[in-house]
Amino acid sequence: MGFSGRFGTMEQIPAPIWTLTAGIVVTLISFWVGQHHGLLPEQASEQAPLVDNFFNIMLTIGTALFLVVQGAILLFVIRYRRRPGDEGDGLPIEENLPLEVFWTAIPALIVIFLGIYSVDIFQRMGGLNPGDHTLHTMHTPEQAVAVVAEAPSKTTSDATALLAAAPTPEIGIGASPDVQGKAPDVVVDVTGMQYAWIFTYPDSGIVSGELHIPVGKDVQLNLSARDVIHSFWVPQFRLKQDAIPGVPTELRFKATKVGTYPVICAELCGGYHGAMRTQVIVHTPEDFEAWRTQNQVTATAPVISSLSDRHIEEIGVTPQLVAQVEAMTHHHSPDKL
Amino acid sequence: MAQAQLPLETPLSLPGHPKAWKWYDYFTFNVDHKVIGIQYLVTAFIFYLIGGLMAVAMRTELATADSDFLNPNLYNAFMTNHGTIMIFFWVVPAAIGGFGNYLVPLMIGARDMAFPRLNALAFWLNPPAGALLLASFLFGGAQAGWTAYPPLSTITATTAQSMWILAIVLVGTSSILGAVNFIVTIWKMKVPSMRWNQLPLFCWAMLATSLLALVSTPVLAVGLILLLFDINFGTSFYRPDAGGNVIIYQHLFWFYSHPAVYLMILPIFGIMSEVIPVHARKPIFGYQAIAYSSLAICCVGLFVWVHHMFTSGTPPWMRMFFTISTLIVAVPTGVKIFSWVATLWGGKIRLNSAMLFAIGLLSMFVLGGLSGVTLGTAPVDIHVHDTYYVVAHFHYVLFGGSVFGLYAGIYHWFPKITGRLLDERLGILHFVLTFIGTNLTFLPMHELGLKGMPRRVAMYDPQFEPINFICTIGAFVLAFSIIPFLINVLWSWNKGKIAGDNPWGGLSLEWTTSSPPPIENWEVLPVVTKGPYDYGIEQRKGSTNENEEE
Repeated sequence: MGFSGRFGTMEQIPAPIWTLTAGIVVTLISFWVGQHHGLLPEQASEQAPLVDNFFNIMLTIGTALFLVVQGAILLFVIRYRRRPGDEGDGLPIEENLPLEVFWTAIPALIVIFLGIYSVDIFQRMGGLNPGDHTLHTMHTPEQAVAVVAEAPSKTTSDATALLAAAPTPEIGIGASPDVQGKAPDVVVDVTGMQYAWIFTYPDSGIVSGELHIPVGKDVQLNLSARDVIHSFWVPQFRLKQDAIPGVPTELRFKATKVGTYPVICAELCGGYHGAMRTQVIVHTPEDFEAWRTQNQVTATAPVISSLSDRHIEEIGVTPQLVAQVEAMTHHHSPDKL
Repeated sequence: MAQAQLPLETPLSLPGHPKAWKWYDYFTFNVDHKVIGIQYLVTAFIFYLIGGLMAVAMRTELATADSDFLNPNLYNAFMTNHGTIMIFFWVVPAAIGGFGNYLVPLMIGARDMAFPRLNALAFWLNPPAGALLLASFLFGGAQAGWTAYPPLSTITATTAQSMWILAIVLVGTSSILGAVNFIVTIWKMKVPSMRWNQLPLFCWAMLATSLLALVSTPVLAVGLILLLFDINFGTSFYRPDAGGNVIIYQHLFWFYSHPAVYLMILPIFGIMSEVIPVHARKPIFGYQAIAYSSLAICCVGLFVWVHHMFTSGTPPWMRMFFTISTLIVAVPTGVKIFSWVATLWGGKIRLNSAMLFAIGLLSMFVLGGLSGVTLGTAPVDIHVHDTYYVVAHFHYVLFGGSVFGLYAGIYHWFPKITGRLLDERLGILHFVLTFIGTNLTFLPMHELGLKGMPRRVAMYDPQFEPINFICTIGAFVLAFSIIPFLINVLWSWNKGKIAGDNPWGGLSLEWTTSSPPPIENWEVLPVVTKGPYDYGIEQRKGSTNENEEE
């Protein structure tokens, strides 16, 4: 706006009124776009509104800059196009220090603001607090020791044992400020493998191919990967974290809306990467308890529901692999701990 | 110094010295920088067509949600090699090797590059590298993405992956040799009458690019060779079950591969700074700001690589530090954009094909730059990382940016290189099709990513089918947009209108010699009497003088 204004004063053709109108129109359009773009999926975690607000602010600023620059390009191209027969040169203007200072300083101020604001947003998301050590009462050292002791088991490699016994995650999204220093309400161990997610509930021994969590509770996912890097992503939660062989990671969040959302692998993990999808079911607390009770009772039933026949036929998830997964996850079953 | 000046005293009329090259000279180990430049451009363009066909195959697969056109492993091989070819075998060699070699000596008034044999060697590393890459398809093709993250790259199609590594190391070596050559050439060989503030901005951009390539490329080579050892010789640099660490690879890879983005865009920025003033008939606005912002991008650009790893194994402080450093890059980039827009103001703009592509670049790079800012902040990147939003972003900067810039450069310098003009009607048709195709293909991808579609997938959630179908139509438009260009180049090269030495009325030194330039460029070296962008200054001086006389 000031940008076109300066151009106005330089040639004194666009009247200040015209520039002011353009400025107001650009501002109004940008604010409208920032609020009504409809480009983001629904919000289902406490982090989602934080991310979206930040995105909307950047989209508003971005739209304004986009319109001003594109408008200037179009205006100049039309206005200063060469007329037939005119072989002369344009105005020999080589620089304008105030103008150059202006368009260096304004973007600099914008990015400094965005930089500081993104640290604030990230802190409120829990991004500065992965591995909040005071709270891992659910993950007792004994459990890790128990797994290590069984390491030479025939169905799991040493690597698996090492991974299972890996220390508390220190990378990912941790406790948001309101739950800092507290233990999470629900802990789920999430294992990525070609091409499935396995969700293990250490306190109940449930193993599932879908993630079930209660709404409004503080949930911690401990992410690990068995073969290659995978990435756990729920678009409606606006949360993503790689599951990395050898590097434990975590995601800690509260789901805010009951419903079923996709769980997507976002890191290339092989030919069927695109099929590595399952879902997260956010229950009411009562439904979650019911689900837990039911599944604890039928713990011997086939549990890996995401490994459908299609997976087994097309993707090559072999019965041996399923057996291996189940054997691995049984390390966490309560009777063995 | 004495050695560098030697070519100046070598007269063209030496007995036995060829006057012009024959067609077969372009297939030999020729040391003329113009021959090498053309070798790079033509080879790179062939790879561009191959990489483009892979893209068309992928978009055909993605027209529907199911995996029903390509085998998923072949899809991944195309995806991997599309990226690899477009970066390492098209944009980098065309922009740096092609335009850099052809133009830098001509622009600074030198008879050749500082190390002509090294230059030829650097080019001739490319064909075997390309052959190796294509041959890797006999073994399934590398399938781990152009990023080749272990462990996936160490367990998938390992023979092809090893060939892929060797190919990249070869072109990386070529890039290092080229970088040394450009730095020495620009530093030592410009005509004595040219002051540093008269150095064309393309040469400033090449200087920044070469410094960046020299610092970062060896790191990529290290990362990849360790990967090669892990795959073939039982080492465990990146094997977590044997004490290795997969994250180290990502740091080594991105320490090069983020700067690689600037390797692909800085020379293009240089092309922009040459094309726009000539066709706007105006001095470049803010010469110093543009020259120094290239160097600023080069320095800051070395410290932003972790923004590719915000969801990887990176601790919070790293995510925050690199958010801020990434955002800072937007400032010098913005300075360039604003300077070019200001150059248009008050000009007499010739809307020919070269200028249309330059303006198209300006328009689309703004969008790519702005989406880049959103991606640079960790909170938003955590949502959109590894989604189609990223694909949309980098195609706006690399296709809307680099490829449009390469086209602008081709339309601008084709008359100098061949002595003939390209046909304007075909050129404008080419521009219109490319502009529509680019936006149709890549604009909808922003929404795909934000709404939840990951990248690098052969099969996806059916809810995304309608938008993907639009992208696929756009890709076909892009594929067809090549046809008028190919016809134009092939026809004009032989039968086009004779261009003359200086068809655009350019002031930089390459326009002071004949088209095409003779071997060793000038009979008598030019003397620099004015700046490369002094459009309209004589005119104004002339008119004030007349006034005084009256």
